[in-house]
Amino acid sequence: MEKLLIKGAHVLDPSRGIDAVMDLLIENGHIAALGPPGSLVAEETLDAHGKRVVPGFVDMHTHLREPGYEYKETIRTGTAAAAAGGFTSVACMANTQPVNDNRTVTEYILEKARLEGSANVYPIGAVSKGLRGEELAEIGEMAEAGIVAISDDGQPVRDSHLMRRALEYASMFGLPVISHCEDKSLCPGGVMNESFVSTELGLNPMPNACEEVMVARDILLAELTRSRLHVAHVSTAGSIHLVRDAKRRGVPVTCEVTPHHLFLTDEAVRSFDTATKVNPPLRTAADGAALREGLRDGTIDAIATDHAPHEQSSKELDFSMAPFGLIGLETAFPLCFRLVKEGVLTLPQLIAKMTIEPARILSIPKGSFAIGSDADLTILDLEKSYAIDVGKFRSRSRNCPFGGWEVQGKVVCTLLAGRIVYEAENAREHSVQAARSSQCLP
Amino acid sequence: METNAHFARKDILGLEDLSAEEILTVLDVARSFREVSEREVKKVPTLRGQTVINLFYEPSTRTRTSFELAAKRLSADVVNFTVSESSAVKGETLIDTARNIESMHSDIIVVRHPVSGAPQLLARAVKSSVINAGDGAHEHPSQGLLDLFTIKEHKGKFEGIKVLIVGDISHSRVARSDIYGMTKLGIEVTVCGPPTFIPVEIGKMGVRVTCDFDEALAETDVIMMLRIQKERQHGGLYPSVKEYARFFGLNRDRLSRAKSDVLIMHPGPVNRGVEISPEIADCTQSLILEQVSNGVAVRMALLYLLSRGAYGKAAH
Repeated sequence: MEKLLIKGAHVLDPSRGIDAVMDLLIENGHIAALGPPGSLVAEETLDAHGKRVVPGFVDMHTHLREPGYEYKETIRTGTAAAAAGGFTSVACMANTQPVNDNRTVTEYILEKARLEGSANVYPIGAVSKGLRGEELAEIGEMAEAGIVAISDDGQPVRDSHLMRRALEYASMFGLPVISHCEDKSLCPGGVMNESFVSTELGLNPMPNACEEVMVARDILLAELTRSRLHVAHVSTAGSIHLVRDAKRRGVPVTCEVTPHHLFLTDEAVRSFDTATKVNPPLRTAADGAALREGLRDGTIDAIATDHAPHEQSSKELDFSMAPFGLIGLETAFPLCFRLVKEGVLTLPQLIAKMTIEPARILSIPKGSFAIGSDADLTILDLEKSYAIDVGKFRSRSRNCPFGGWEVQGKVVCTLLAGRIVYEAENAREHSVQAARSSQCLP
Repeated sequence: METNAHFARKDILGLEDLSAEEILTVLDVARSFREVSEREVKKVPTLRGQTVINLFYEPSTRTRTSFELAAKRLSADVVNFTVSESSAVKGETLIDTARNIESMHSDIIVVRHPVSGAPQLLARAVKSSVINAGDGAHEHPSQGLLDLFTIKEHKGKFEGIKVLIVGDISHSRVARSDIYGMTKLGIEVTVCGPPTFIPVEIGKMGVRVTCDFDEALAETDVIMMLRIQKERQHGGLYPSVKEYARFFGLNRDRLSRAKSDVLIMHPGPVNRGVEISPEIADCTQSLILEQVSNGVAVRMALLYLLSRGAYGKAAH
């Protein structure tokens, strides 16, 4: 029997209300026991004094790009980036080539992840065949194969009737419908937020309303069908208002926010840096304040990265031709830790929104140190300050607007089912002390 | 030519970046260059041995020719490099193209691009000086400067002059460069058009906004009519050319209600009978062709100042 003891860390598991210095025993890759310091023993130990140990983060909105766009990211590199960011589970969107709209693609992704992954991969199936918004994909077969939600992310379902049917049909399998809310007819050729900045730059604008119109529609359809809706990457004050109001009425709706919508505004586009071109676009400071309020009062359930890798050459195009999207797995935690320092969230609240909350939305047994669950965990050094170095990312892509940012709170080690899948440089000397490193560190 | 004014810039990307002093320097230098174009031998050796590349991603006759003439009158070697949209679509990035061009040892790249911000990308990627000859709906600094030059020639000052810019402000790079330049020099700017043509929060740029052309007309010293740019519209911005002309076209009837010494300008090319009626475009108050002549002088000034500023070498 293989045992590993994580010693002396401050264990934080919001799902179980644990927030104390404890020892954590891993047996055969599972959480075996938690106890007061010194109460548990194992031959192998990992000394994590002064560190926080939290359940591995869950990202419910990632683009792994495989199959089809392996020059942007692969399951291998994308999950390595996840591990480096402290994520042990990621849900990957269906806009691959071919689209994940049938069980064969779902099975391929799962098999590839089993062979090469440094994180658990949960595929999200397409709502419609080929993301064309015309007819439903084989949702039931994909559910059998292992999808955890359906979404036409990036190609919002225009047809309201199809959206209604998708919500109804998916409910049969207990799957939420994740909606990228954007009425594209309201922002023809749009590349950035509509504001004084778009006026000055002369870039085609995307008003807040083009998101909110669809948030409102989808909430009404979720209410009509009593089916679960999850609104992806809310970015506007109006969306927060709509979701808050819907939750008050008891509509089964949840939503997520990305770090970039919290920590950047459309002012960043003035650089014409294509890494700031993202959809939904970076909004105003007033929207950022509303998102914070949404986090504070629980309107926003989860933090998700919308990690969207793109090869360098596509981002060297001009602003209108460059694709939307930026990568976020390796910067999410240190950025979001600012929310704790700002007083928006407590640390347990932040960790919950990166672990148990997204796991609940996707109905996956993750984000918790429940006894017997997989030993997926992340060790954090909250005191450590450093500058974000895009050059060191594990992701295959580099489209990140946070390079050079000074941040605090570092992922020092990530374990997947008890196995170390990421360890920060110099972590051995400075933080994680392995008593018998040759055995416990691969 | 001698000027003591300080002008140490690598690029000219927009009038948002230039100070009032720098703008006035350009205008002073342009004034002395205008005389060159009126000589029998229209050439000075100022930029001899330097290479100017006109890199145009958008069809343009007027601006490209104007830059070409300006460079030739300064004795620079000029190459016109027109990039079809299709080759951009094929995947050569803007930065790749620019690096290729620079390998031919260019000194100044003049770029026109349909997308806002393309000259900024380019300027960061190359060592050559970059002049923005129009990017998307963002800026067209040489046009803004020649508009200022033309106003100064006729009004003798900027402070307190009232300019009315009429038309599709949303899609106009000329409007933006005009607004930046004019407000810096104390001109009072009003923009006018249907609300579908007015971008959000434009008042923050220091301009007054109105939809009432007739009301705004009465007080104005200069009317700047913008071309209705059909190619940049995504539909639904106005019902018909006929209706647009009725509310926002400049015709004899409207002009009769303006100040008697009002000046009429237009960045061209003119849609006769749409934003401006034919007899008005050709009347004595119309400065449209004079703007074109002044454009060459202003562009000579820009090329001259960059060739000096970027490399620190005296032209004479």
